[in-house]
Amino acid sequence: MFKANIYVTLKPGVLDPQGEAVKNSLHVLDYPYVDEVRIGKYIQVWLQGEDREKARRELEEMSDKLLANPVIEDYRVEIAEVDEP
Amino acid sequence: MKFGIIVFPGSNCDADCFHVIEQVMGQEARYIWHKEPDVTACDALILPGGFSYGDYLRTGAIARFSPVMSRVVDFAAQGGLVLGICNGFQILLEAGLLPGAMLRNRTLRFICKPVHLKVKNTETPFTRTLQEHQVLRVPIAHGEGNYYCDDKTLKELENNRQIVFTYCTPEGIENDAANPNGSLANIAGITNKAGNVLGMMPHPERCSESVMGGVDGYPIFAAMISWLQEVGR
Repeated sequence: MFKANIYVTLKPGVLDPQGEAVKNSLHVLDYPYVDEVRIGKYIQVWLQGEDREKARRELEEMSDKLLANPVIEDYRVEIAEVDEP
Repeated sequence: MKFGIIVFPGSNCDADCFHVIEQVMGQEARYIWHKEPDVTACDALILPGGFSYGDYLRTGAIARFSPVMSRVVDFAAQGGLVLGICNGFQILLEAGLLPGAMLRNRTLRFICKPVHLKVKNTETPFTRTLQEHQVLRVPIAHGEGNYYCDDKTLKELENNRQIVFTYCTPEGIENDAANPNGSLANIAGITNKAGNVLGMMPHPERCSESVMGGVDGYPIFAAMISWLQEVGR
Protein backbone atom coordinates (compact mmCIF):
# COMPACT_ATOMS: atom_id res chain seq x y z
CA MET A 1 0.00 0.00 0.00
CA PHE A 2 1.15 3.51 -0.76
CA LYS A 3 0.45 6.86 0.73
CA ALA A 4 0.75 9.86 -1.54
CA ASN A 5 1.10 13.48 -0.58
CA ILE A 6 -0.07 15.75 -3.36
CA TYR A 7 0.75 19.44 -3.17
CA VAL A 8 -1.42 21.63 -5.38
CA THR A 9 -0.18 25.20 -5.80
CA LEU A 10 -1.25 28.14 -7.90
CA LYS A 11 0.98 28.65 -10.93
CA PRO A 12 3.45 31.52 -10.66
CA GLY A 13 1.79 34.72 -11.81
CA VAL A 14 -1.75 33.60 -10.99
CA LEU A 15 -3.27 36.02 -8.49
CA ASP A 16 -3.85 34.53 -5.04
CA PRO A 17 -6.32 36.78 -3.21
CA GLN A 18 -6.24 34.48 -0.16
CA GLY A 19 -2.45 34.64 0.05
CA GLU A 20 -2.58 38.43 -0.29
CA ALA A 21 -5.07 38.71 2.57
CA VAL A 22 -2.99 36.44 4.81
CA LYS A 23 0.15 38.42 3.97
CA ASN A 24 -1.58 41.67 4.93
CA SER A 25 -2.73 40.09 8.16
CA LEU A 26 0.83 38.96 8.95
CA HIS A 27 1.99 42.54 8.40
CA VAL A 28 -0.64 43.69 10.89
CA LEU A 29 0.69 41.08 13.34
CA ASP A 30 4.06 42.82 13.06
CA TYR A 31 5.87 40.57 10.62
CA PRO A 32 6.61 43.33 8.12
CA TYR A 33 9.37 41.33 6.42
CA VAL A 34 6.88 38.80 4.98
CA ASP A 35 7.16 39.38 1.24
CA GLU A 36 4.72 36.95 -0.20
CA VAL A 37 2.23 34.27 0.88
CA ARG A 38 0.71 31.77 -1.51
CA ILE A 39 -1.85 29.25 -0.41
CA GLY A 40 -2.28 25.81 -1.92
CA LYS A 41 -3.80 22.46 -1.09
CA TYR A 42 -2.31 19.39 0.50
CA ILE A 43 -4.13 16.21 -0.50
CA GLN A 44 -3.41 12.81 1.06
CA VAL A 45 -4.29 9.70 -0.92
CA TRP A 46 -3.92 6.11 0.30
CA LEU A 47 -3.96 3.51 -2.44
CA GLN A 48 -3.52 -0.22 -2.79
CA GLY A 49 -0.89 -1.75 -5.03
CA GLU A 50 2.67 -2.99 -5.23
CA ASP A 51 4.04 -1.13 -8.21
CA ARG A 52 5.36 2.28 -7.22
CA GLU A 53 5.81 3.53 -10.79
CA LYS A 54 2.28 2.53 -11.71
CA ALA A 55 1.02 4.30 -8.60
CA ARG A 56 2.92 7.43 -9.56
CA ARG A 57 1.57 7.40 -13.11
CA GLU A 58 -1.97 6.99 -11.89
CA LEU A 59 -1.64 9.66 -9.21
CA GLU A 60 -0.39 12.06 -11.86
CA GLU A 61 -3.32 11.09 -14.04
CA MET A 62 -5.70 11.75 -11.10
CA SER A 63 -4.07 15.11 -10.55
CA ASP A 64 -4.36 16.09 -14.22
CA LYS A 65 -7.98 15.01 -14.41
CA LEU A 66 -9.40 16.14 -11.11
CA LEU A 67 -7.16 17.06 -8.19
CA ALA A 68 -5.57 20.08 -9.88
CA ASN A 69 -6.77 22.42 -12.60
CA PRO A 70 -3.89 22.71 -15.07
CA VAL A 71 -5.09 26.15 -16.20
CA ILE A 72 -4.23 27.73 -12.85
CA GLU A 73 -2.47 25.11 -10.75
CA ASP A 74 0.71 23.01 -10.59
CA TYR A 75 1.08 19.89 -8.49
CA ARG A 76 3.77 17.70 -7.01
CA VAL A 77 3.31 14.07 -5.98
CA GLU A 78 5.29 12.34 -3.20
CA ILE A 79 4.84 8.62 -2.62
CA ALA A 80 5.75 6.48 0.38
CA GLU A 81 5.14 2.82 1.08
CA VAL A 82 2.96 2.25 4.16
CA ASP A 83 1.41 -0.71 5.95
CA GLU A 84 -1.91 0.74 7.08
CA PRO A 85 -3.86 3.85 6.20
CA MET B 1 -38.77 24.80 -27.84
CA LYS B 2 -37.69 22.38 -25.17
CA PHE B 3 -35.09 23.52 -22.66
CA GLY B 4 -33.30 20.98 -20.50
CA ILE B 5 -32.20 22.34 -17.13
CA ILE B 6 -29.44 20.23 -15.65
CA VAL B 7 -29.76 19.65 -11.91
CA PHE B 8 -26.67 18.70 -9.91
CA PRO B 9 -26.70 18.03 -6.17
CA GLY B 10 -26.37 21.59 -4.86
CA SER B 11 -27.83 23.44 -7.85
CA ASN B 12 -30.11 26.17 -6.52
CA CYS B 13 -31.10 28.32 -9.49
CA ASP B 14 -32.71 25.47 -11.41
CA ALA B 15 -36.27 26.41 -10.38
CA ASP B 16 -35.67 30.06 -11.35
CA CYS B 17 -34.55 28.98 -14.82
CA PHE B 18 -37.49 26.60 -15.12
CA HIS B 19 -39.90 29.40 -14.16
CA VAL B 20 -38.44 31.83 -16.68
CA ILE B 21 -38.49 29.31 -19.53
CA GLU B 22 -42.07 28.14 -18.88
CA GLN B 23 -43.87 31.14 -17.38
CA VAL B 24 -42.03 34.07 -18.89
CA MET B 25 -40.81 32.72 -22.23
CA GLY B 26 -43.75 30.32 -22.77
CA GLN B 27 -41.49 27.44 -23.74
CA GLU B 28 -41.23 23.89 -22.48
CA ALA B 29 -38.75 23.18 -19.69
CA ARG B 30 -37.58 19.89 -18.27
CA TYR B 31 -35.32 19.15 -15.33
CA ILE B 32 -32.49 16.75 -16.14
CA TRP B 33 -31.05 15.06 -13.06
CA HIS B 34 -27.26 14.81 -13.33
CA LYS B 35 -27.40 11.01 -13.46
CA GLU B 36 -29.65 10.98 -16.49
CA PRO B 37 -27.77 9.76 -19.50
CA ASP B 38 -29.94 11.40 -22.17
CA VAL B 39 -30.32 15.00 -23.24
CA THR B 40 -31.16 14.40 -26.89
CA ALA B 41 -34.84 15.35 -26.58
CA CYS B 42 -33.85 18.94 -25.75
CA ASP B 43 -33.33 21.87 -28.10
CA ALA B 44 -31.12 23.75 -25.65
CA LEU B 45 -29.50 23.09 -22.28
CA ILE B 46 -29.06 25.33 -19.26
CA LEU B 47 -26.55 24.64 -16.49
CA PRO B 48 -27.97 26.70 -13.63
CA GLY B 49 -26.25 28.41 -10.73
CA GLY B 50 -25.73 27.02 -7.27
CA PHE B 51 -23.09 25.16 -5.33
CA SER B 52 -22.82 21.81 -7.08
CA TYR B 53 -21.19 19.27 -4.76
CA GLY B 54 -20.71 22.00 -2.17
CA ASP B 55 -17.99 23.60 -4.33
CA TYR B 56 -15.66 20.88 -2.99
CA LEU B 57 -12.10 20.88 -4.35
CA ARG B 58 -12.84 23.69 -6.85
CA THR B 59 -16.13 25.14 -8.07
CA GLY B 60 -17.54 22.83 -10.74
CA ALA B 61 -14.68 20.33 -10.41
CA ILE B 62 -16.80 17.41 -9.24
CA ALA B 63 -19.94 18.21 -11.25
CA ARG B 64 -17.84 18.08 -14.38
CA PHE B 65 -17.61 14.28 -13.95
CA SER B 66 -21.35 13.75 -13.46
CA PRO B 67 -22.73 11.20 -15.92
CA VAL B 68 -24.77 13.83 -17.75
CA MET B 69 -21.72 15.95 -18.55
CA SER B 70 -20.37 13.68 -21.28
CA ARG B 71 -23.79 14.10 -22.94
CA VAL B 72 -23.56 17.84 -22.55
CA VAL B 73 -20.14 17.72 -24.24
CA ASP B 74 -21.62 15.69 -27.14
CA PHE B 75 -24.62 18.01 -27.37
CA ALA B 76 -22.31 21.03 -27.57
CA ALA B 77 -20.05 19.32 -30.13
CA GLN B 78 -23.09 18.84 -32.35
CA GLY B 79 -23.80 22.56 -32.19
CA GLY B 80 -26.52 22.47 -29.52
CA LEU B 81 -27.02 25.64 -27.47
CA VAL B 82 -25.63 25.40 -23.96
CA LEU B 83 -25.99 28.25 -21.46
CA GLY B 84 -24.03 28.03 -18.21
CA ILE B 85 -24.96 30.58 -15.55
CA CYS B 86 -22.70 31.24 -12.54
CA ASN B 87 -21.88 27.76 -11.18
CA GLY B 88 -22.96 26.50 -14.62
CA PHE B 89 -20.21 28.68 -16.13
CA GLN B 90 -17.70 27.29 -13.61
CA ILE B 91 -18.69 23.73 -14.58
CA LEU B 92 -18.29 24.51 -18.30
CA LEU B 93 -14.77 25.82 -17.57
CA GLU B 94 -13.83 22.72 -15.59
CA ALA B 95 -15.28 20.53 -18.35
CA GLY B 96 -13.10 22.28 -20.91
CA LEU B 97 -16.11 23.42 -22.96
CA LEU B 98 -14.92 26.96 -22.34
CA PRO B 99 -11.31 28.12 -21.87
CA GLY B 100 -9.89 29.54 -18.63
CA ALA B 101 -10.62 29.08 -14.94
CA MET B 102 -12.19 30.89 -11.99
CA LEU B 103 -10.28 32.26 -9.02
CA ARG B 104 -11.63 33.59 -5.73
CA ASN B 105 -13.02 37.12 -5.98
CA ARG B 106 -10.15 39.51 -5.32
CA THR B 107 -12.00 40.90 -2.28
CA LEU B 108 -12.45 37.32 -0.97
CA ARG B 109 -16.09 38.26 -0.43
CA PHE B 110 -19.18 36.64 -1.81
CA ILE B 111 -20.72 39.42 -3.89
CA CYS B 112 -24.48 39.61 -4.41
CA LYS B 113 -25.57 42.77 -6.20
CA PRO B 114 -26.67 44.11 -9.58
CA VAL B 115 -23.83 44.96 -11.96
CA HIS B 116 -23.67 46.49 -15.41
CA LEU B 117 -22.62 44.50 -18.43
CA LYS B 118 -21.47 45.70 -21.80
CA VAL B 119 -22.59 43.65 -24.79
CA LYS B 120 -19.44 43.02 -26.82
CA ASN B 121 -20.73 40.68 -29.51
CA THR B 122 -24.28 40.54 -30.85
CA GLU B 123 -23.51 37.89 -33.44
CA THR B 124 -24.14 34.95 -31.14
CA PRO B 125 -27.28 32.84 -30.62
CA PHE B 126 -27.50 34.36 -27.12
CA THR B 127 -27.15 38.04 -27.96
CA ARG B 128 -28.73 38.52 -31.39
CA THR B 129 -31.61 40.45 -29.75
CA LEU B 130 -29.20 42.99 -28.23
CA GLN B 131 -27.37 46.03 -29.58
CA GLU B 132 -23.61 46.24 -29.81
CA HIS B 133 -22.26 48.08 -26.70
CA GLN B 134 -25.70 48.05 -25.07
CA VAL B 135 -25.47 48.17 -21.26
CA LEU B 136 -27.47 45.61 -19.28
CA ARG B 137 -28.17 45.57 -15.55
CA VAL B 138 -27.98 42.00 -14.27
CA PRO B 139 -27.35 40.66 -10.77
CA ILE B 140 -24.31 38.63 -9.78
CA ALA B 141 -24.04 36.31 -6.77
CA HIS B 142 -20.73 34.50 -6.44
CA GLY B 143 -17.56 34.07 -4.44
CA GLU B 144 -15.45 32.74 -7.28
CA GLY B 145 -16.08 34.72 -10.42
CA ASN B 146 -12.60 36.12 -10.94
CA TYR B 147 -12.02 34.91 -14.49
CA TYR B 148 -8.46 33.96 -15.41
CA CYS B 149 -6.73 32.64 -18.50
CA ASP B 150 -3.21 32.95 -19.92
CA ASP B 151 -2.21 35.69 -22.38
CA LYS B 152 -2.41 33.42 -25.39
CA THR B 153 -5.96 32.36 -24.53
CA LEU B 154 -7.00 35.96 -23.92
CA LYS B 155 -5.70 36.92 -27.38
CA GLU B 156 -7.68 34.06 -28.90
CA LEU B 157 -10.82 35.10 -27.03
CA GLU B 158 -10.40 38.64 -28.33
CA ASN B 159 -9.54 37.66 -31.90
CA ASN B 160 -12.47 35.23 -32.17
CA ARG B 161 -14.85 37.70 -30.48
CA GLN B 162 -15.61 35.15 -27.78
CA ILE B 163 -15.88 37.80 -25.07
CA VAL B 164 -19.59 38.49 -25.04
CA PHE B 165 -20.16 40.43 -21.80
CA THR B 166 -17.79 42.61 -19.78
CA TYR B 167 -18.35 44.41 -16.47
CA CYS B 168 -18.76 48.15 -17.00
CA THR B 169 -20.06 51.32 -15.37
CA PRO B 170 -23.72 52.31 -15.90
CA GLU B 171 -22.38 54.51 -18.70
CA GLY B 172 -20.70 51.56 -20.40
CA ILE B 173 -17.10 52.26 -19.42
CA GLU B 174 -15.08 49.11 -18.78
CA ASN B 175 -12.71 50.07 -15.98
CA ASP B 176 -11.33 48.56 -12.82
CA ALA B 177 -13.88 50.33 -10.60
CA ALA B 178 -16.67 48.53 -12.48
CA ASN B 179 -14.97 45.15 -12.12
CA PRO B 180 -16.61 43.48 -9.11
CA ASN B 181 -14.38 40.43 -8.75
CA GLY B 182 -11.03 41.10 -10.44
CA SER B 183 -11.82 39.25 -13.68
CA LEU B 184 -9.20 39.50 -16.38
CA ALA B 185 -10.19 42.15 -18.95
CA ASN B 186 -13.45 42.66 -17.00
CA ILE B 187 -14.76 39.42 -18.48
CA ALA B 188 -18.28 38.48 -17.34
CA GLY B 189 -19.24 36.05 -20.10
CA ILE B 190 -17.58 34.16 -22.94
CA THR B 191 -18.55 31.72 -25.65
CA ASN B 192 -16.65 28.83 -27.12
CA LYS B 193 -15.06 29.32 -30.53
CA ALA B 194 -18.13 28.00 -32.37
CA GLY B 195 -20.38 30.37 -30.41
CA ASN B 196 -22.95 27.80 -29.30
CA VAL B 197 -21.79 27.55 -25.67
CA LEU B 198 -22.08 30.63 -23.44
CA GLY B 199 -20.87 30.90 -19.86
CA MET B 200 -21.72 33.97 -17.80
CA MET B 201 -21.38 34.78 -14.10
CA PRO B 202 -24.36 37.21 -13.94
CA HIS B 203 -27.86 35.75 -13.59
CA PRO B 204 -30.20 36.65 -16.48
CA GLU B 205 -32.90 34.39 -14.99
CA ARG B 206 -33.11 36.74 -11.99
CA CYS B 207 -34.07 39.73 -14.13
CA SER B 208 -36.37 38.53 -16.87
CA GLU B 209 -39.68 40.01 -15.66
CA SER B 210 -40.54 43.42 -14.26
CA VAL B 211 -41.68 42.01 -10.92
CA MET B 212 -38.01 41.10 -10.34
CA GLY B 213 -36.95 44.72 -10.69
CA GLY B 214 -35.45 44.42 -14.14
CA VAL B 215 -35.91 42.72 -17.49
CA ASP B 216 -32.42 42.91 -18.96
CA GLY B 217 -32.00 39.13 -18.82
CA TYR B 218 -35.06 38.54 -20.99
CA PRO B 219 -33.41 39.27 -24.37
CA ILE B 220 -30.81 36.54 -23.75
CA PHE B 221 -33.47 33.83 -23.48
CA ALA B 222 -35.44 35.47 -26.32
CA ALA B 223 -32.31 35.34 -28.48
CA MET B 224 -31.87 31.61 -27.84
CA ILE B 225 -35.51 30.95 -28.78
CA SER B 226 -35.38 33.04 -31.95
CA TRP B 227 -32.13 31.37 -32.98
CA LEU B 228 -33.64 27.93 -32.43
CA GLN B 229 -36.74 28.89 -34.41
CA GLU B 230 -34.72 30.22 -37.32
CA VAL B 231 -31.68 28.04 -37.42
CA GLY B 232 -32.91 24.98 -35.55
CA ARG B 233 -30.70 22.77 -33.48
